[in-house]
Amino acid sequence: MNQLILEKLKVRFPKSIEGSDEFRGDLSVRFRSEDIVKVCQFLRDDSDLNFDLIVDICGVDMYRPEGRFEVVYHLYSIRNKKYIRLKVSLNEEKPVVDSVTSVWSGANWHERETFDMYGIEFRGHPDLRRMYMPEDYEHYPLRKDFPLMGIPDSIPLPRK
Amino acid sequence: MSARTAEEPRKSQILVALEDQDTTVSLDPLENEMVLNMGPQHPATHGVLRLLVRLDGETVTGCVPELGYLHRGYEKIAENCTYHEFIPHTDRLDYLSPLSNNVAYALAVEKLAGIEVPKRAQYVRVLCCEMARIASHLVAVGTMGMDVGALTALLWMFREREKLVDIFDVLCGARFTTSYTRIGGLMQDWTSQCTEMLKQFLTEFNDDLAEVEKLLYTNKIFIDRCENVGCISRDDAIALGMTGPILRAAGVPRDLRRDCPYLVYPDLDFEVITFTESDVLARFYVRMEEMKQSAVILRQAVEKLPEGPINVNDTKRVLPKKERTYTRMEELIHDFMLINLGIDPPVGEIYQGIESSRGEFGFYIVSDGTGQPWRMKIRSPSMINLSALPTMVKGGMVSDIVAIIGSIDPVMGEADK
Amino acid sequence: MGLGNMLSDGFLTTRLDEVINWARKNSLWPMPMGISCCAIEMMATASPRFDISRFGSEVMRFTPRQCDVMIVAGTVTYKMARVVRKIYDQMPDPKWVISMGACASSGGMFRSYSVVQGIDLFMPVDVYVAGCPPRPENLLRSLLELQKKIESDRTIGDLLRREKIFIPENGPAERVGTIS
Repeated sequence: MNQLILEKLKVRFPKSIEGSDEFRGDLSVRFRSEDIVKVCQFLRDDSDLNFDLIVDICGVDMYRPEGRFEVVYHLYSIRNKKYIRLKVSLNEEKPVVDSVTSVWSGANWHERETFDMYGIEFRGHPDLRRMYMPEDYEHYPLRKDFPLMGIPDSIPLPRK
Repeated sequence: MSARTAEEPRKSQILVALEDQDTTVSLDPLENEMVLNMGPQHPATHGVLRLLVRLDGETVTGCVPELGYLHRGYEKIAENCTYHEFIPHTDRLDYLSPLSNNVAYALAVEKLAGIEVPKRAQYVRVLCCEMARIASHLVAVGTMGMDVGALTALLWMFREREKLVDIFDVLCGARFTTSYTRIGGLMQDWTSQCTEMLKQFLTEFNDDLAEVEKLLYTNKIFIDRCENVGCISRDDAIALGMTGPILRAAGVPRDLRRDCPYLVYPDLDFEVITFTESDVLARFYVRMEEMKQSAVILRQAVEKLPEGPINVNDTKRVLPKKERTYTRMEELIHDFMLINLGIDPPVGEIYQGIESSRGEFGFYIVSDGTGQPWRMKIRSPSMINLSALPTMVKGGMVSDIVAIIGSIDPVMGEADK
Repeated sequence: MGLGNMLSDGFLTTRLDEVINWARKNSLWPMPMGISCCAIEMMATASPRFDISRFGSEVMRFTPRQCDVMIVAGTVTYKMARVVRKIYDQMPDPKWVISMGACASSGGMFRSYSVVQGIDLFMPVDVYVAGCPPRPENLLRSLLELQKKIESDRTIGDLLRREKIFIPENGPAERVGTIS
């Protein structure tokens, strides 16, 4: 099944695929960040593949000079009972990628959480604001250069 | 006029988000619409969930949930802990069924490291998952009854839960936050005392559930408050990424125990419960029937429990027994290396999800070859199920919001991570 | 012998104090600030097996205006601290605070950027309960310790001076100082 999915993607998007990997039975495919919406649309609408459930979107901070941030999409097909992972690399200076809320509306809160934790912006997102931290918080907690104990006094405590 | 424009920059982003939902905030005192804050401290919100609802009289026209009041920074903590040190943290995620979180984490790390646990440990893990599912659904059904006014249901369900919690106490020493599984096996063995207590529980369980059914199934007030409330269509549910009882009440028979089986579920015989009405009452029925199916699985698993070791025979990954650590040199060294440096999984990334009582609970772990994970993402079902709340409450009344939150059954420890 | 002496620690005021303290300690209505896992153990304490209402805490009212003691059960984050303090300020005097669990007392096992390392950084606390989560019997014991503390309150005498008590998991309770 993994081979079939990979073949279909290579036939349809020959220039966008940057690589693929299979580890412990999970297939993960890397794409160019400009084409992610087209790929997701194809994966959802194709009658054989039918990846209609968006399981997870998260960000990873690889802390390397180029392509520092990665956005990882996990998709699931209810009919074929199969998972797939898509990965997209973004640069540090301007981490922007198109939002997939037009394909699955459930991607909304996942992308808000990724924005809150990493500062990755999603173009075309209907309501991009912070999810967990207070609205006026200035830092992005899950980046590798943010300390575990936080920046002191970044959120004020009420007085005793 | 100038007062209005001076206020614009001070308005928080949440009010702006409410505005986007086809309504406008105006300062006219004769305007019927108001914004109500069901704040983080509220008896009906199942934890610290903040809801801003726009009301037209008593009817809801828009709703914005705000999370983050219990954000404890688990993912950042995970990047600074070894794999063994993170096990107690997994209990506190979905704190109504802590044993199933332990099992999910152990499965994820074992998939990454390529460890296969022995059969007895797999059967005991299945027993733990199903007991945790029953314990969690008991609280869910009880609090849902309490939310719509049937207080007796809550007290009866807590009485049942105390019996299960006694079994956890004998099994792993803690009523509640158990930290029972380890990488490569379990903390300690399943004893015959646990088997007796479980069999005693199972003989009384179906009768006790029948008592609650007599109370609620034909109760006109309960049915009126729950029928046709909080409906969501099947396509909306799939597009929003729902999993668990909500998706099954919408007619989609997706259950990870059946679709992507893990542990010994292929050898056990049970049904996947689905309904098609997709309202609050259907989700209640799904949970009640799932409890009965869990009792069926428990009976089978306790009969088929094999003898054997409960830990994998791999000294580089599994913590040795304490008596041997204190008396022998090799075990002391292994214990030291495992606690301080952690197990050494290969470089790679995996995703492993299980069917917890709220939906698909999964871990996505990126490993860089050291003893601490590079990135650990927790896929929490409660957070995604809550994203359907604005769709479900539109057009209903304020008291319906309470019933709908009860049917979604969020646990904020998991939703806020 | 003068008027000052009659109003503090005299026969009349100590008897009056005893009656008032007896009434207060036997009818402590808790305000459950149930935030995370400890809230489930608090609900279990109110359930029929451990039954907190036999000690006077008949109902757990969720409105602060009708409560005497606030049980902070769970991890308090920076975002939630403002809300907890607001609810505490809304409670009428006399009021006490039980800090239930390791997370409320000292941040617990969460040393991270968003967790307040102990609610006593922004609130006065009367009784700390250790445990993660504390067993329901431990919470009942903390309620009894609070009752003992209220017994020795000098209501009419010195209203604002309070003492801190710490309850470990095994062992007797100890007084650890005064708070302003």
